[in-house]
Amino acid sequence: MDTLPIVIFLILFPFFLSLACLSTRTIAVRRTAAVPANLVLVGATLLLLSRTPKDPLLFIVEVPLVEHLLPFAEIAVGVLILYLALWSRRTIVALLAGVQLALGLAFEFLFASAAHASHNLFVDRFSILMALIIGILGTLIANYAVGYMAEYHRHYPEVKDRRRFFGFLLYLFLSAMFGLVFSNNLKWIYFFWEITTLCSFFLIGYRNDEPSQESAFLALGINLLGGIAFSAGILYLFHHTGILELDRMVAEGKGYALIPAALLAFAGLAKSAQMPFSSWLTAAMVAPTPVSALLHSSTMVKAGVYLILKVSPLLNGTLAGIMLTFVGGVTFLLASFIAISQSNAKRVLAYSTISTLGLIVMCAGVGTYEAAWSALLLIVFHAVAKSLLFLCVGVVEYKLGSRDIEDMDFLIVRMPKVAAMMNIGLAGMFLAPFGMLISKAVTLRALVDVHPLLGVILAFGGGATLFFYGKWMGKMVTSEPGLQSNEDRISPWEWITMVTLSGLTIAVCLLFPVITHGLIDPYIQGVYGRGPTLERFNLILIVAIMVSLLVVFPAGLLYQAFRKDYRFVGPYLSGGNLERAAFLGAMDQKRPADARNYYLANYFGESRILRIGLFLSSFFIIVMFGGVLS
Amino acid sequence: MSFLTSLFTADGFLGPFLRIASYVVLAPLVGGLLAGLDRKVTAWMQGRVGPPIIQPFYDVRKLLQKENIAVNRFQNFFVFLFLLFMVFTGSIFFLGAGFLVVVFSFTLACLFFVFGGFSVRSPYGHIGAERELIQMMAYDPMIILVAVGFYLAAGSFETRSIYQAGQNGILIAYLPGILAGYLYILTIKFRKSPFDLSMSHHAHQEIVKGLSTEFSGKALAAIEVAHWYENVLLLGIIYLFFSFHPLIGVAAALGAYFLEVFIDNSYARFKWGLTLQSTWIFTLMAGVSNLVILHYLLTRR
Repeated sequence: MDTLPIVIFLILFPFFLSLACLSTRTIAVRRTAAVPANLVLVGATLLLLSRTPKDPLLFIVEVPLVEHLLPFAEIAVGVLILYLALWSRRTIVALLAGVQLALGLAFEFLFASAAHASHNLFVDRFSILMALIIGILGTLIANYAVGYMAEYHRHYPEVKDRRRFFGFLLYLFLSAMFGLVFSNNLKWIYFFWEITTLCSFFLIGYRNDEPSQESAFLALGINLLGGIAFSAGILYLFHHTGILELDRMVAEGKGYALIPAALLAFAGLAKSAQMPFSSWLTAAMVAPTPVSALLHSSTMVKAGVYLILKVSPLLNGTLAGIMLTFVGGVTFLLASFIAISQSNAKRVLAYSTISTLGLIVMCAGVGTYEAAWSALLLIVFHAVAKSLLFLCVGVVEYKLGSRDIEDMDFLIVRMPKVAAMMNIGLAGMFLAPFGMLISKAVTLRALVDVHPLLGVILAFGGGATLFFYGKWMGKMVTSEPGLQSNEDRISPWEWITMVTLSGLTIAVCLLFPVITHGLIDPYIQGVYGRGPTLERFNLILIVAIMVSLLVVFPAGLLYQAFRKDYRFVGPYLSGGNLERAAFLGAMDQKRPADARNYYLANYFGESRILRIGLFLSSFFIIVMFGGVLS
Repeated sequence: MSFLTSLFTADGFLGPFLRIASYVVLAPLVGGLLAGLDRKVTAWMQGRVGPPIIQPFYDVRKLLQKENIAVNRFQNFFVFLFLLFMVFTGSIFFLGAGFLVVVFSFTLACLFFVFGGFSVRSPYGHIGAERELIQMMAYDPMIILVAVGFYLAAGSFETRSIYQAGQNGILIAYLPGILAGYLYILTIKFRKSPFDLSMSHHAHQEIVKGLSTEFSGKALAAIEVAHWYENVLLLGIIYLFFSFHPLIGVAAALGAYFLEVFIDNSYARFKWGLTLQSTWIFTLMAGVSNLVILHYLLTRR
């Protein structure tokens, strides 16, 4: 079987699923049909993996219908956004939507007759890597959403049940993401890009109350800014060179492609919530948790860095490239600082996502083969571990009635299985021997090879990451005898997804050499002409740590659980212990004993650091455009 | 002397397994003796006689004979993991593995200790664990910068290659600021005043015994022994800087140790804010400036 049919299937099949979702009124039918549909989607993704072409393939896909319909669809999306903004009286968003629509119309009127791309679709190992993330994680999260959304409406009876619409958006989004990573035609990429923006908008506003509408329009406005830059980039590129394809644009080299490259990178920065645009992602945390896991950590925000990585060879070695590195560096460092001061679990995860994306942007800006290699690693490992974390937080939130880390005391006793999986996810984000840390090690090397100061940014950001994840894990591992575990009423949909993702988090670390050897190394080799090598001995050590943890941890816990030779006492409370968490203090009074985490707000307060980040990153972006214009 | 040299070279007379074995056996002996010397010197500075040098071994032996008392079942498991991974980290360091792998494995070991503190519902244990995390955040950047410095000077992250590069004295010549920064954070790692926030060997602390409040008997002994392993590993890094001559290397490591003892006796405890701030500022002043200068020095050549 050829590769092209699979690619087209991957784009169209989720689209049909989304329509099916919208038109099926019975929940039971939707649920039953979802299982085989999801399996087919995963199977198709794996089939594509097994058909990985040796060299990047470009496809001439000429369907006159699509050629004619696409401009109309694009204009329709623009009009819809404009209508939404006007209808809820958001002047700025409406203004942005108007500008974007005008740019789109300008392209159609000026160049429509001449606009023709030779190759509309393509496949290379990077897009297959992205497709694996979209296909496997996306389906898993969609599967989780079935159970989660049912519970969501039980918890929030005031929210109107629009689950059909929700499913429609989720699968439409998957279709658009597949389209985005397989398109070579810039107009197509742009179209899919806008669809993801729109899906994100509706999903953030799912609750349809005031705060979620605010957040939805904030996200829409900022992504429209990026969309305008994207649109302007296409217009400029086509006007000067007649190029409409991503591969030809990159091959064009510096010159007329430089300004579009900077504009596309700008669009990527907005999509990936880099500073100064980071606020939309933290606001988007009002969305139901599957949305945060799918759009706002593992896939859609990755589309931004995907585009940046694609165009980064053009910016490499220019002032714009250096500025891109700085924007990423500032975002990485400051976002991880801010995460220290947050106690809302989803916000911590959001800031950590922003920070990781900053690191990827940094790698893209540096533009060496090593940096690009580590950027791809970061994308993979982050996607798996972060989506697992979001999904665990989603489940915990229902059981505790809170997403605050301060309420997660004794989670290992109250919800042992979920807490164990959450700990795997957390470890996956910052601990040896898990993937993110391995990626950070290779990133450190890649950055230091360019300039040691870039390594310094990584060192300090890493210290902050260690702190905010460490205290979160610490909060959860506190155990207290005599508490009941409360994990029933978590649906099998949610269990299956979380268990699979926990397994994947471990598996991607054990399979790390296979992933790099099969997909990432050849891609880097193809683009940069050379690939990095890993010290085999260290790799063996890392795998050894992983295996020993996998053996020692369960064995040790089992041994401790059945030991009989302990005498158990209460903790030291500097007074007479009354019950487990209280003691008899001075004046014979009962004093409760409690411990809370440090948030170091005086040092890492959100508003202050955000201001610094806003200023610095805006400055760097201005210089970036100054650099390409001069 | 050839023994010390062979610790780091791949073709020395010690094979890899023998090298691990010698670390596993010798490190606690050296670490324990150093702890004894520490107490002796401290006593001498304070005008006391002090305990015998092998007192730490007596202490550990006594702890091992104590009854098993715990607040919950799983707290001691974390201490076991702390010890296990500390031994592992030291072993791979002396095997000459990648320095970054050593650093990450070291962080993992230290985190297990922190989780040990967290695992008990004890206000003193918790505050100690939190402070330990702050300390880790304070020293972690500098440890990474040590790795970066070695990499710039030696052209490799491999401890073997770093050792080889150090043979002509290049490491200490290129990285004096990195060494200074490392000595600064060593005060934190040795749990010496002014940075003994999370726990301390002295009784006069406001958080009782901090992180180790709820540990007793065998677990406390394990913490002590893990700490000895840790100290030998940390001094091994000092030795790397001076590895061109084994005697100078050992003297430098010992010198660093007693410098920390001296600092311990001459400073009052800092608050966490000052600890974090001063460590990061010193890391920037000494470590980062060293790296930038070295970068330009190397690119000019």
